[in-house]
Formats: sequence, C-alpha cells, structure tokens
Amino acid sequence: MTTESTIQFTPERLAEATEIIARYPEGKQKSALLPLLHLMQEQEGWTSPEGMDYIARMLDIQPIEVYEVATFYTMYHVQPVGKHVIEYCRTGPCCLMGGEDVLGHLKQRLGIDTGQTTVDGQFTLKEVECLAACGMGPVFQVREKYYMHLTNDRVDEIIDELSK
Amino acid sequence: MATKILTEHIDVPGIETFDVYRQQGGYTAVEKALKTMTPDEIVEEVKKAGVRGRGGAGFPMGMKWSFLAKPEGVPRYLVCNADESEPGTFKDHHLMKNLPHLLIEGMIISSFALGANKSFIYVRGELMYVIRILEKAIAEAKAKGFLGKNILGSGYDLELVVQPGGGAYICGEETALLESLEGKRGNPRNKPPFPAVKGLYQCPTVVNNVESIATTSWIVNNGGDAYAAIGIGRSTGTKLISASGHMRKPGVYEIELGLPVEDFIYADEWCGGIRPGHKFKALVAGGSSVPILPANLALTLANGEKRLMSYESLSDGGFATGTMLGSGGFILFDETSCIVRNTWNFSRFYHHESCGQCSPCREGTGWMEKVLHRIEHGHGHQQDIDLLVDVSKKIEGNTICPLGDAAVWPVASAIRHFRDEFQWHIDHPTEATQPGAVYRGEMALV
Repeated sequence: MTTESTIQFTPERLAEATEIIARYPEGKQKSALLPLLHLMQEQEGWTSPEGMDYIARMLDIQPIEVYEVATFYTMYHVQPVGKHVIEYCRTGPCCLMGGEDVLGHLKQRLGIDTGQTTVDGQFTLKEVECLAACGMGPVFQVREKYYMHLTNDRVDEIIDELSK
Repeated sequence: MATKILTEHIDVPGIETFDVYRQQGGYTAVEKALKTMTPDEIVEEVKKAGVRGRGGAGFPMGMKWSFLAKPEGVPRYLVCNADESEPGTFKDHHLMKNLPHLLIEGMIISSFALGANKSFIYVRGELMYVIRILEKAIAEAKAKGFLGKNILGSGYDLELVVQPGGGAYICGEETALLESLEGKRGNPRNKPPFPAVKGLYQCPTVVNNVESIATTSWIVNNGGDAYAAIGIGRSTGTKLISASGHMRKPGVYEIELGLPVEDFIYADEWCGGIRPGHKFKALVAGGSSVPILPANLALTLANGEKRLMSYESLSDGGFATGTMLGSGGFILFDETSCIVRNTWNFSRFYHHESCGQCSPCREGTGWMEKVLHRIEHGHGHQQDIDLLVDVSKKIEGNTICPLGDAAVWPVASAIRHFRDEFQWHIDHPTEATQPGAVYRGEMALV
C-alpha cells in the first residue's frame, strides 16, 4: 500500500531527476531507479517508505519494485541514520594493515557498536565490504569522501573535524 | 624502463582535464578511428592485439566483440564494467580517478567499433566522487565535439551515461550488472542467451572492464601487432596490478606481462620487497577469489622455473600448484598473518555478497563462514576441515554465476596449502585465540 507522500524532491533535485530519467531509452525509465534512490538519500539522509513511494510514482512502477531494490543494495539506508554515516571497510587487505584494531578504537571513541547511532545523532557506524582502496588501508568512507591510511590518532582527528 | 600503455602520463599535473590530456596526445586515437578506419578494421586490430579481459575472466576482447549480434533496426549497447569490488583490487578506481579521459576515449572508439550509439559506464556507487570526475570529463569531451551528435563531422553519434551502482559485489558479474542497470536487484541471469545476443534491454550488448576499454586508444594509434609484441605468449600487453598487504610500497603498478613474480615483489620499481624485518609467507595474486599460494609456490613453478606475472604462468599446474592472474589484485602476506583468520574474512565477504538466488551459494557460503568462524575462535571440531572441503565441493560449479566458485577457491586453496595451520587452530584452541597468535609450524617462509 502506498503512503500519501509528504516527501518530494526539491526543485533543483527534481530538475536533476528529470534529466536522469531522460538518459534512458523510451519505456526504460526504470533504469533511473538506482540513481534516483541515491538522489533521495542525498536529500533526506535515508530512503524512507514515503520517499520510495514518491520515486515509484515518478517512474510509473510499483512501490514493491523500489523496496526490493533498496533492500538489496547495501548503500541505501532503509532506516534513519545519523548526520555522518561512517562506512568502515572490514575486508581482508584493510585488516592486514591493522583495520581491526583501528575499528576497535573508532567504536570506543564513538561509544557505539556497528549498526548503531550515537545518542546525539551525529554518527552512525556501518561495517562494509571492500571499498576498492586496498593499498591505502585501513579505510572508511563518509558520504563521498574516502579517509585512507587510518591510525587511531587520525581517526580522532577526523571525528573531531566532523563533530564541529 | 618498463613499457607504459595506460599510465605513461598519469603523473602529469592536470591530466584529468581535457586540455592537458589532449596536449599529451589524447583523443588522437578517436580522430584516427573515426576519420580513417571502419568499425571492422578496429575490431580486427583489437583481435590482433590479443588483449584479454582485464576484469578477471581473461576472455579475449576482440573475440567477445566479434560475437556481437547485429540484427537490423535493433540498438546495440556497450557497457563498461566499473563495478570493481573484488577485495585486493583497486586499479580501475585509480585509472578512472586519475585518467578519466583515457576511459572516455576508449569508450568512444569501442562504441564506434561495435556500432553503439548509447553507452554506459556502470560505476560502483561507493565511488561517487569518481562518478563526478567522469561526468565532468564527459561534459568537457562533449563541449569539444568528441561526444554527442556527429562527432568530429564523421556522422557518428554517441551518448555516454555514467550509472552509479548501489554497493553490491555481484554487480561485477556481467548479467547481474545488466539487471542492475535496468533498475532491478543484481541477480545474475541464466546463460544462454549471452549478452552478445540478448543483453541490456534484451538487445545485443558487450560488457567490458575499464582497463580493457582503456587499452583501445593505444591499439588504434599503434596497431594490434605492436600491442601483441609486448608481454609474453598469449598474455599480451601490459596489466595494471593492485598491490596491497605486507610489502614496502603498496599501490597500483603497470607491468609488462611476463615479469617474474619475484621481481615484482622485490624490485624497488614495484613493491620494494616485504616490509622490513619480515618474511614472505603467502600470496593472493589475482584478487580474493583466486587460490592462495604459499611463498615458495608463488615464486617458482613446480619444475623449479621462476613464476611469471602472466595468465599462463600463474595458472601453471592448475589449482594443485597454481592460481590465476584474475583482476590483478596482488595481496601479500608476511609471517604475522593468520591464514585461518584471513580465510574466514574472505569467506564472510562472499557470504555477505551472495545475491541469494542459488541455494548452494546462499546457504553454502554462510555454512563455510560459520565453520571457519568457529575454528578461528577456538571452537573447531576435528571433522571441520573435511566438512569445509565437502561443502566447498557442493557449491563449486553448481550456481548460475561464478560467485559460488569465487567463494570456494580461497577456502579450498587455504586448506590445500595450509592444512596444518587449520589443524593447529583446532588442536590448540586456547593458544590459537591469543591476540596476535599465528601458527609457526613447518612452513617455507622466503
């Protein structure tokens, strides 16, 4: 069942969404689904049910077609998240470079475990699989920025910087 | 100085811009291709070059191109696979970030050769900043008349679209990638039909890796024979290697295929040797899915000759004594590395990334991860090693796509070469779970 949408794209994002949909051949507008989910998440912080229903109407597809895609891909947050989502690489090469120890420090510093959000709503910590920066590990990503060659001290600096 | 085909100008300041790339000889291949060559002539040069797919499978690119169906009135598509998500592999990331125009130039040439008027670059969604770089470069190329309608007055039209993925390793499998590009879950398709006949939107489609497409500019400018003269045997040309782990200088290196593994590890030009004070224990040569080799087998073939960085030499002896070049994800382990822990880590990756479509993969990867977890955490049973071997045999070859095989090979090979280490974990649970504990039994360290 679709919900009455209170969420919609801002005029700028609506223009961008329209441009994205026009990239695909006639009748293949569903191809815009992943890019539009990214756009919605950029605007709202997460892909809420209302936001997904809005996208379904925009693409003239069933809401379930949006839900099944949003839940398949790990980059879409289908639950509310904090202001900064830290996506920490937990995969082999990063671990070889001390990734597990640095992750332990990060958890301690934030006072949360993987999957949780700090009480002040500032940080959500997620563990993700390989970020394709293996030679520069340990590494995490916050939005579009990669933070590489992490150490405990560097993690503290980054958290201080993002907390400002 | 080693031959550089892709990265010769990578350090030139501003090379990510159209103007600087052009000053370094960029886009001359597009001019040559569109003004003086027919699509078939380009395909012929790529065939002569013998370039093999750089995404991991190693299938000859020219042959793949020649399979493309060409029914009348049906559009054809070229899709660049930039989903690079194999642990240990980060060379496409490096290439796109630093040389976006090299990929775009390759896309124009390849699209022209294949008769595609709309092409896609499917980039893993994590690399959103790289997507912005590519989009900016596409806008520049379009403004200069190298994309869009009637390119350079040749009558050829091409629109290039960058598509972000959503963070799923399986979308590196070409049919899962096409499903994802159609706005669906990344579930691999049954084959046949192959994408060359029914691909994107059920139209004939070629899917090629970033690095493969990037080679086409050089091939057009210099000829397929010149490309085939570089490298060794059927491993022609150069290859980008992503080097990570316990070496002095991790990074992305372009090597001429045929370079001895030993030179790549120890020479200052490349990895610069094992990190100081340590010894070489094991190597994953082609990304996490390929079989792991102990140091001695990584450096030499069973007959005592030096092992080379080539498709053939790395796979010498099959999986008994060999591995694969794969995507070129070169992960080096020194004696401080616990093979059991690393195998569990890789296994966790494949379990997490299984799309869940086939039972052997969906259930089997989780089963393997659980058994490896309990061995690593001091709760292993005596029969667990045999159980892992048994489960791995039930997954391998029994799934729609090769993710099942990819999940099995690191586990099966680790047991094949490091069985003592797994047994030690089972026999000495308390000792093995001490922080930093690593098996120090009989092992050939180099």
